[in-house]
Amino acid sequence: MEDKLVIKGIEFKSRLWVGTGKYKDFEETARAVGASGADVVTVAVRRVNIVDRKSENLLDYIDPKKYKILPNTAGCYTVEDALRYSRLAREAGVSDMIKLEVIGDEKTLFPDVIGLLKATEILAKEGFIVFPYTNDDPVMAKRLEDAGAAAVMPLGAPIGSGLGIRNPYNIKIILEAVKVPVIVDAGVGTASDATIAMELGCDAVLINTAIASAKDPIAMAEAMKYAVAAGRLAYKAGRIPKKLYATASSPIEGML
Amino acid sequence: MKLRINGEYKETQSKTISELLKELDIIPERVAVEVNLTIIKRQEFENYYLKDGDTIEIVNFVGGGGLEFKISNLKF
Repeated sequence: MEDKLVIKGIEFKSRLWVGTGKYKDFEETARAVGASGADVVTVAVRRVNIVDRKSENLLDYIDPKKYKILPNTAGCYTVEDALRYSRLAREAGVSDMIKLEVIGDEKTLFPDVIGLLKATEILAKEGFIVFPYTNDDPVMAKRLEDAGAAAVMPLGAPIGSGLGIRNPYNIKIILEAVKVPVIVDAGVGTASDATIAMELGCDAVLINTAIASAKDPIAMAEAMKYAVAAGRLAYKAGRIPKKLYATASSPIEGML
Repeated sequence: MKLRINGEYKETQSKTISELLKELDIIPERVAVEVNLTIIKRQEFENYYLKDGDTIEIVNFVGGGGLEFKISNLKF
């Protein structure tokens, strides 16, 4: 049976979403994205280099007809900046989707959740499909849902830290608190971290650094594809309860 | 006239946004353009006349996820 993710009527083939930052070149980006099997790629909105017009365009390598382009507002520290970047992204892009980031602190890159909530509310009213990057806080997740977020994207750990899912219990509570999809964004370090997120019941995982900065990004992209698929399957299969003592797996009857 | 484009001052003969993008060798379909902080719709590029001193931002998409978390590596 097909297990597709649908958000606001948009059908997603893959539950692994990938970022396109920090690769050696566009060639490597395209190969890693291909190996990951992802159909959603995040991109950043930046000034066109008007001095060196020979610089290549990411969209020459990542075909917007083949992939869903999810622009982000990375680097925005205020609501005004996040709104400005979102609106520019919509104008430059191919869809109304926006991965909304309002960063609150330069050192940790933790979200400014108050700003995030304000920006989510405004953009949702403007018809954007808003994916807010938030803390692993169930109360905030609910508030974002109420503000019109299409999904919530709690962090597993700080961006680029590779610390994995530091608080699986919070993620679990978020999953119970909201009806919109939950997509873990940030913190994944290796394949098992992605599996854990999916085993908890998350709808998707967004990964950039763990793939782009791996020794072999292409191989790691492939590992993440299997990790996310395995985690999803295990979630749907249903894990056994944890017990303190042993339970024999062979029958005791008929023993000599 | 003199324009400020993406932070750089530039002298140009282009009268409209369309002409300016052509002069800069930029494909209009892939960018968003802001003039004095107002986003200009792509359909308006051809008839939008620029004025001396206008501040223009031209953006597109580059590789990006989030930003890098800036603390020293942990040792385990």
